Amino acid sequence: MTTLDAETRNPKGGDLVKRHRLSTRLWHWINAAMFFILLMSGLMIFNAHPRLYWGEYGANLDPAWLQIGVDDQQAGYLRIGDARIGTDGVLGRWEDADGQLRNRAFPYWATLPSNYNLALARRWHLTFAWVFAVGIFVYLVWSLLNRHVGRDLLPRRDEMRPSHILADLRDHMRLKLPRGIEAARYNILQKLAYLSVALVLIPGMVLTGLTMSPQMDASWPWLLDLFGGRQSARSLHFIFAFLLVLFVIVHLVMVLIAGPFNEIRSMITGWFRLPKERSK
Amino acid sequence: MTRRLMTRRAALTGLVASPMILSGCDRLGQSPSFRNIVLSSGEWLSYRMHRLFGANAMAREYTEAEMSPDFRTNGSTRPQSAEYQRHLANGFATWSLKVSGLVEEPQAIPLADLRAMPSRTQITRHDCVEGWSAIGKWTGVPLGAVLDRVMLKPEARYIVFRCADALGLSPYYESIDLVDAFHPQTILAYGMNGSDLSQGHGAPIRLRVERQLGYKHAKFIMEIEAVDSLSDIGLGRGGYWEDTGFYEWYAGI
Repeated sequence: MTTLDAETRNPKGGDLVKRHRLSTRLWHWINAAMFFILLMSGLMIFNAHPRLYWGEYGANLDPAWLQIGVDDQQAGYLRIGDARIGTDGVLGRWEDADGQLRNRAFPYWATLPSNYNLALARRWHLTFAWVFAVGIFVYLVWSLLNRHVGRDLLPRRDEMRPSHILADLRDHMRLKLPRGIEAARYNILQKLAYLSVALVLIPGMVLTGLTMSPQMDASWPWLLDLFGGRQSARSLHFIFAFLLVLFVIVHLVMVLIAGPFNEIRSMITGWFRLPKERSK
Repeated sequence: MTRRLMTRRAALTGLVASPMILSGCDRLGQSPSFRNIVLSSGEWLSYRMHRLFGANAMAREYTEAEMSPDFRTNGSTRPQSAEYQRHLANGFATWSLKVSGLVEEPQAIPLADLRAMPSRTQITRHDCVEGWSAIGKWTGVPLGAVLDRVMLKPEARYIVFRCADALGLSPYYESIDLVDAFHPQTILAYGMNGSDLSQGHGAPIRLRVERQLGYKHAKFIMEIEAVDSLSDIGLGRGGYWEDTGFYEWYAGI
């Protein structure tokens, strides 16, 4: 077995290469935990008022662009704009662990805590949001300084050609993943996905979250202008969270396809075994 | 082949284990020491950071055109006590605000006297802890002016509000620190949207403490008390919801 540094030697399929820095690995696993805590406590907070609005104000008497509720026939539904989707049993009305029917937006298995408790969900959310917010800030500064962003994440010009992106998309669709030395670097779809998470979605989560704080709106009034008001920020907070859920699902599927043992090892120890080149 | 199976097993174990970890979180949240130490650290940090960097910041004020067409009521809207009902029936003509505790001159200030003091009108956004917001116009006397009138003693650190409404067994109560108490936008509002404050919104006066969430904005205020510690107020957490529902005392976020 040979272990190589991908940058100094010319590794080939089958070799172990150092793939993830300690800072990336630490941040990854902290985020993995934060993702579930913040998502599930966030869904509980949403349950306290399962309606979303655009603009500065928005309450029960104002029009909501998204709503989860129970209709006249006692069936749960999700309404987005004018489109109404029956979600009985999952959203709006569902059976809890004791077989009791509950009229709440998100079901007990998706929330933290599982029984309705806005105060406790806020404690979870607003405590671990500090870890999440400080985490992205420190990681971005650190990754600029150690050139992780510039070297590994920013696309090269030739990678941004539409033909290259399309070709990579086609390979992903056919589950034809890079092998050999190609697998030592992020491909363009990975770069774009990781950059949009680290530069847009996660900072967006933190900033829209801060915009919901009345004291932060006093301290940093530009937050209200940036997102178009507190209720818009609340809506965007929900949309960004939904996009992060999509990212995590695709991310986990890709890990399973690419080989979970090798991928998880590389995110724990840093070492990644390059998949063998296809035989010609 | 064995490697394949093992990784698949590892993946399955992960899938099965994650709900167990999460139900572990659920149980952690029920442990009082975890709640009081770990889960309270966010409030502790936010409060200190906000006081360190934004103590004097002003909440945004809006124009008439930006006001909510309907400002919903919330919480208790009809205090049941006979005394309150009597005051309501005669337009609070004989009602007065008691100001007591760590002050040089405890007073009972009639509503007419409060109205005669210099007033402030502000169009601000009310944010409920549940998530909704409404924008309304509030008119009232700055709390700082009332506290100056009774002359706060130097050892006073918090202002406690005692209210006429009862949710459950005890009357509603709330408290704020002196930074918020003397903030120019912190007012005892007797007017809303150009009229007298309605019963549903907290007549005769309610607190507006614009940089905190709705449950801090005590309605139906009967008495104000200056104290040096919150430990003797209710169960010691400084407010009705803080004591009964584990809501944060500092609700700036």
